[in-house]
Amino acid sequence: MLINTFLFPGAIDVIVRIGPLAPTWTGLGAALQATLRVAAFALSVAVFALTTPTDQLLADLERRGLGRRGVFVIGAAIGMIPRIAERASEITDSQRARGLDTEGSRWRRIRGVVPLAGPMIVSALSDVEERTMALEARAFSAPKPRTILRTLPDSAAQRTVRWIAGIGAIVLVGASIAGLVPLP
Amino acid sequence: MRGTSYAYAGTRLPVLADIDLDVEEGRVLAVVGPNEAGKSTLCLVAAGLAPASIGGRLTGSVVIDGDETLALKPHEAAQRCGILFQNPATQLSGTTATVWEEIAFGPRNLGLAVDEVVERVAGAMATLRIDSLAERDPNRLSGGQAQLVALASVMALRPSTLVLDEPTSQLDPSGTRLVGDALSRFAAETGTAVLIVEHKTGLVARIADEVAVLVAGRIVQRGPSSDVLGDPVLEDHGVDPPPAVRVGRAVAAAGRAADLVGLDLAALESEPTG
Repeated sequence: MLINTFLFPGAIDVIVRIGPLAPTWTGLGAALQATLRVAAFALSVAVFALTTPTDQLLADLERRGLGRRGVFVIGAAIGMIPRIAERASEITDSQRARGLDTEGSRWRRIRGVVPLAGPMIVSALSDVEERTMALEARAFSAPKPRTILRTLPDSAAQRTVRWIAGIGAIVLVGASIAGLVPLP
Repeated sequence: MRGTSYAYAGTRLPVLADIDLDVEEGRVLAVVGPNEAGKSTLCLVAAGLAPASIGGRLTGSVVIDGDETLALKPHEAAQRCGILFQNPATQLSGTTATVWEEIAFGPRNLGLAVDEVVERVAGAMATLRIDSLAERDPNRLSGGQAQLVALASVMALRPSTLVLDEPTSQLDPSGTRLVGDALSRFAAETGTAVLIVEHKTGLVARIADEVAVLVAGRIVQRGPSSDVLGDPVLEDHGVDPPPAVRVGRAVAAAGRAADLVGLDLAALESEPTG
């Protein structure tokens, strides 16, 4: 935001001059545009994460025909994040107990990453075989489609909004390509 | 298992050699032995996961419900023989929000009707008396509770045989007691044949009908639980006797056997040692 506003190349429409600093209207416009793009992207991810429980997402993906392996990969990847964080904390504590300096200057913290990353990767890999066998022992490779236990409510209003959003996006992109709507 | 030998892929020396073992319905057979004896490998072979899932070379015969495991696909073997590993954390699917859904994971994989899935989950939870955990997050359970959930998840597949590879090795005494009691009840109530590998001989003394001693991949001793666990040779094989046996020997060695009168040695087995 600051770089675009104060240092936009070639812009001459200065808003106000403060000593050596000269913010421009062109720079400010570009800065706002860039900020809005990042915010829109981050918001879409945040809204999705905050409004969609993982189990409901997986249940619905499964109902819509995504195979058990696909569902498992997505679910396991999401579920792995807190487990990795927990394990990282355990390894950090145990390495610290052995005298590893994991605090202090930036350089010290960077040097501390190596003895933490090694055990993290090795322990994660060592679990894989047992996890795989545990899945096999629970008939994960059975050929029949999995039982669908629940169907999430999907009202007519929700379906309408989804259609409008989808069609709206396509129309906007088409209009932009055709030069009818000058999207940034 | 008849004349069963098994070697891991890429190795020549068999980890198991000429094993003869069988477990009858409703009975609990415990396998004890020192480290590196091949106990975990025995579990994998007995459950049909080796060589089906991890490769290797199997000779001899491993039969579950009349079928050779070599002829079974992994999901078919899973319905005949359930297996429980040491670490409860690696056995939960990690994709479910509640304990109920976690236990339903296996039956759902089989594509069973919803009513049957519900009935199986309820049955497994009732047998292990974990109904109160139904709505809990499976990733936020104590070690003992998580192991019971893992056991219920396997039980929900209704296997006729259950193989347990040191199911209490990562549990504290109360967790060990929880799982031990549940196993005894489970075998007696459902008629399931149970093969358990366990270091804690105190627990073995409480729940096993028979004990086999595995040393360097071979069964060197087998018999009724009290006979094998009370045999002084057990220590020569690198296996600690149960606490009750140790106390009895210590008292006898001190020449004070009379002090044992009125002492409930069986109660000592309820405090498993590590």
